[in-house]
This record gives sequence, structure tokens and C-alpha cells, in this order.
Amino acid sequence: MRPSAVRLLNILVPIKRAVDYAVKIRVNPEQTGIDLNVKHSMNPFDEIAVEEAVRIRERLKDAVKSIKVVTIGPPKSAETLRTALAMGADSAVHVEIPDSAPSPEPLGVAKTLKALIERQKEGVDIVILGKQAIDDDAGQTGQMLAGLMGWSQATFASKVEVNPEQKVANITREIDGGLEELRCKLPVIITTDLRQVQLLNEPRYASLPNIMKAKKKPVEKLTAAELGVDITPRLETIKVTEPPKRVGGGKVANVDELLAKLKEAGFTGKRA
Amino acid sequence: MLALKSGRLITARNLHRNLRPIITTSQRSRQISTYNIDIAGLTEEQAEFRNAVAEFAERELAPRAAQIDKSNNFPSDVWEKLGDMGLLGITVSSKYGGLDLGYFHHTLAMEELSRASGSVALSYGAHSNLCVNQIHRHGTEAQKQKYLPDLIAGKKVGSLAMSEPGSGSDVVSMSLRADKIDGGWKLNGNKFWITNGPTASTLVVYAKTAPERGSKGITAFIIENTFEGFSTHQKLDKFGMRGSDTCELVFDNCKVPEENVLGQVNKGAGVLMSGLDLERLVLSGGPLGLAQATFDYAVEYVHDRKQFGQPVGTFQLMQGKIADMYTSINASRAYVYAVARACDRGQISRRDCAGAILYSTEKAIEVALEGMQCLGGNGYINDYPMGRILRDSRLYAVGAGTQEIRRMLIGREFNEQFKSS
Repeated sequence: MRPSAVRLLNILVPIKRAVDYAVKIRVNPEQTGIDLNVKHSMNPFDEIAVEEAVRIRERLKDAVKSIKVVTIGPPKSAETLRTALAMGADSAVHVEIPDSAPSPEPLGVAKTLKALIERQKEGVDIVILGKQAIDDDAGQTGQMLAGLMGWSQATFASKVEVNPEQKVANITREIDGGLEELRCKLPVIITTDLRQVQLLNEPRYASLPNIMKAKKKPVEKLTAAELGVDITPRLETIKVTEPPKRVGGGKVANVDELLAKLKEAGFTGKRA
Repeated sequence: MLALKSGRLITARNLHRNLRPIITTSQRSRQISTYNIDIAGLTEEQAEFRNAVAEFAERELAPRAAQIDKSNNFPSDVWEKLGDMGLLGITVSSKYGGLDLGYFHHTLAMEELSRASGSVALSYGAHSNLCVNQIHRHGTEAQKQKYLPDLIAGKKVGSLAMSEPGSGSDVVSMSLRADKIDGGWKLNGNKFWITNGPTASTLVVYAKTAPERGSKGITAFIIENTFEGFSTHQKLDKFGMRGSDTCELVFDNCKVPEENVLGQVNKGAGVLMSGLDLERLVLSGGPLGLAQATFDYAVEYVHDRKQFGQPVGTFQLMQGKIADMYTSINASRAYVYAVARACDRGQISRRDCAGAILYSTEKAIEVALEGMQCLGGNGYINDYPMGRILRDSRLYAVGAGTQEIRRMLIGREFNEQFKSS
């Protein structure tokens, strides 16, 4: 799979259909999760990833051969793929799981992506995905995939510059101390972030002509079994509840009263 | 063309690294819509189309609607946004940059834009249907190539002018004269109540080329606002639709070249009347959107507002209002959509196009009044949208024909049908 010097870049963008950020979520009556009978849309971090892939192509023009989006999800996830196609991706892969199946975990997703990448005859040079999904906030898939593939990774990217001739990508990432600049050899895994002051990008909205064109773009359907991957979850969710309602506080008149109230509440100040 | 957005909803973009965004109540209240896709009978593709337009309207128009109304100005940056989105050439062939879709889609788009801002939608309707669609239907290849691309991209604004100060319902009595001169025509007279008049650069204008022949002496022309002898009077100060610019057009020996005749000389009445049928259909989406907007706002309000210890929406009289508004909207929508589908099949019925806008307008005004009433005293305050929606809805009782004319048309069609031979 060693790319030759003149090979054009292939970009893979994994995306996830998640509960829309604006929905007021509620725990379901069985307490096994949240009520999923609500509006869903593309994970906002993944939108940024799709946008970045399209922008990379706008900057590098013919050096980018293809942008492929992939999702692992129930039949409805096809809508999310179409949105990405309308934003500018060329083709899509839908690894379909049944409606009743539990949502795959990051390791399952990463393994599926690995199997998919290995299937791509023309290879994959850049995988760009959201740093986390807004439903589980796991933030693991990109890193796990990099580990499984043995590829370089740059997470929480706030700026991406690809140099196809040198086969590297210069990436600025947001870390607690500020900004870190990395130079990664291709192939690379990039996870996109959302910076407070300066965004990586603002995703474009699909225009009607692009939405209509997207219908003609190819969508390949696969199953995890066909890819030889077991995506059964390793974790069992025992219970999901809402956080306890906040109770009001009280005012105390002086330090003695404070100490008395602390003792009442069981805080003795002694090590257990 | 790529539609790069601006000013996207701020909360999602100010995400802290590991937190869900916190949406304030005022933003969340705009998320609810009671539009029923199943009852509307939309196919998956039509629902997707409608969603795309609804999202566009929600982010580009809805936040500005109140301000647009206050300013009494159409926001000029919106034309190119509409163009980029692909909304300005819905019924036009892709050869000229259009979407090659039908009147049903155009009506859907009109409805969703109107739900966000009634006045922007009205100007949109005038541009995309009255002007663009007429040029597309009757223009020569040269005329279409010359005028359609810029109109569809939103780089130029379109308009249509038939009414005059002295010729409203009796439009065929128009007195704008077109006299033959060397190389073309010379126009003299006025047009009135012209939507987009102040800013339009391309106007479809009807004039009398043979006044002595009455309705058989009308010709349609394509006017450019740079033609010698063309000018406009100041913008009209209207009760509603205050984001849609309207004015009087003045033709003072306005020179129009021969190649700008639209259709055939003296055959303009046919162009005008058949255009009116489709105009009424597409504009029917306007009242539907307004009614939906006011209902969505009112139904949420009456469940938030509590009096006597319970939400006011639970009192029987209010339940009655909710029921009446909801059923009126759905009945209007069913009729309008049915007529739109028939038109797309080529079955254009004059009485039903008139009927669609007659009915949806009447219901929209009723629903808008009731919606305002649902908010009680607050409905009377301009911080709430009810007043603007009501003022906007009133336009449809006189625009694209008055309710009386529509009624007369339908009755007359039946008279013709039943005339004893």
C-alpha cells in the first residue's frame, strides 16, 4: 500500500448521525438511555470534518482524487450521508446495522474503519473525522484507528495544511497550553475540533442544486459481517438517570453555625 | 455555487470542549413546527426539498424578519443568498441554471420562505414566478440567455408590471401606451403597486400596442431599468409586507428595442392571463406559510402562559381556537397542494388556481387574527410577531387579484359551463 510519488490523495471522512444539538433530551422510561424519537442530524464535529475535506480539495484542486464519506448506523443514517454528499463528497459507504442494534462503540467503529480502509484498492491518505460525537462524547475513535493502523495522528486540529508533493500534513492542534504545530507524514488521521475564538471552519450548507446532484452520487451498502468485523459492544449500560434536581442552599449566620451544619451533613474533616 | 453561511446559530459554535451547548428558551421556542408531513402527502424527496428550504429560511430569514419589517426595506444581500441556494429558478430548465422542477416545489419553497418572513417571500415570488417564470415560458432563446442567468443567480432583481393607478381589477383597461418607432417601441404611462419596482433591473411590463382593440391590443415587453425614459417614484408606505419594496413606475417616451417584445405583438393578454393562473397557485404558498407561522407561535405560547393555575391552552375556548386554526391550515394546504400537483401534470384549471389562493388567503387572515388573540395583550405588542404576520397576510386579499375578482372568476367559469347553448 505504499503510495507512489505521483498518486493523488484519497480522503475518507467517517461521520455519525446523532441527536441534534438543539433537542431537549429526556431519559427514556426504561432508564436505558435517552428518548431517540427526536430530531437527528450529522454530528457537528463531523460536519466540520466534511467541510475541511472539501476545503482541502478546493485548495489543492486536482491533487485530491476522491472524498469518500462513511457511516456506521441504521437505515436512517443514509440521510446523513446524503447531506455530506450535498456538501461536496464524491461517494459514500453505508455500513448498515439494524434499527434494534445498539450503537457501536469507538473500538468497534475503529475496527470497521480499518477493515474498510484496507479494502480501498486505491488506498487512503487522510482520514478526517470529528474529535467526538455529541451523544456519547467518547472522543476515542480517531485515536484508536490511528493505533490500529499504525498511522500518524493529529487530534483536536484547528488548522490543516496538506502538502501532497512532500506527502505531509502540517496541523495546528489546540491543547491546554495553547497551540501545537505538528508535521505528520501521510497517511494521517485527523480529528477536528471547534475552537472558541477561531474555528477550523464553518461548514457550508447544501444548496438545492447540490442536494439534487447528491442523489446521483454512489452509495455503497455493506454490513460489519461482510467486513469481517465484530461490533458487539463490550460495555453494558446498566442504568441512565437524570442528574438529581438541584436543591436550594441555605445561609448561615456565623462560623459556628457553619461547623454545626457541616457536622450534620457528615463532614468531620477527618481522613476516612 | 457554494452557499457559505454567515452568522450561524452561535451557541453550537461556542462549545466548550466537552459540554453540550446550552440553548436559551427564546431560541428553542423556534424549533417547534406542527407541519404534518404525512397529511401533506410529501414524498421523501419533496420532504427533503422542503427541509432544505426550511433550514435556509430558519437561519437566513427568520432571525431578521422583525427587523426587515421595521426597516421597510428588502435586505439586498438576500437575493444572492436565494440565488446560491438555487431558489430563484425552481421551474426553469437547468440549461439556464434552474432546477427543472415543477410548480409544486415552487409552492413549497414559497410556503417555507413565507413562514420565516412574509415580505421577503412576496418579493421572492414576484421575482421567481412573475418575472423569471414568464420569461422562461414565453421568451425567445436569445431573451432567455440574456436575462435568465443573472436573475437566477440573484445578481439582478426581477419584477412584473400590469396594474396601473387606473387599472387594477380591470387590468385589461390599462392605458400604458406602446407606440411603434424605428427599431422598437416608445412607452408612455405608469404602472402602480409594482413589487420590487424600486430595485428591479429586469421587468416584464404589459402595454397597449393597439388601444382600440382592447384586450387584443396588449403586448408584453422586457424592460431594463437603464432604458432611456424609465424611472420610478418613491417607495410606497404599506400597511404590511414592509420588507417587500413596492412603487410606481413611470414611462416617459421610454425606448424599448424590438427584440424585447415578449411573446407576440398584441398577443399579450394570453401571456398575462395564463401567467396569472400560475402566479395565484405559487403565491398560495404565501398565506399557508404565514398561517403556519402564527399557529406554531400561538400553540406554544398558550401552553407556556399560565393563568388560574393552568396553561391557558387547556381552557376549552382556547382548545377550540387551536382546533379551528389547525384544521383551517390543513384544509387550505390540502387544496393548494392538490391544485399544484394538477398543474404539474399539465392540468391547469383557472377556477382552482383562483380557488386555491382565495381559500388559503381567507383562512390565513382568520388564523392570523386568531393567533394574535391567543396571545392576549401580548399579541398587540410589536415585540411579538403576530402583528407583522397579520399585516402581511392582508396583502393576499388584494395582491394577484382581489378576493372579489377571484370569486367573480370562479362564478363566471361556472356560468360559462352552464350556459344553455
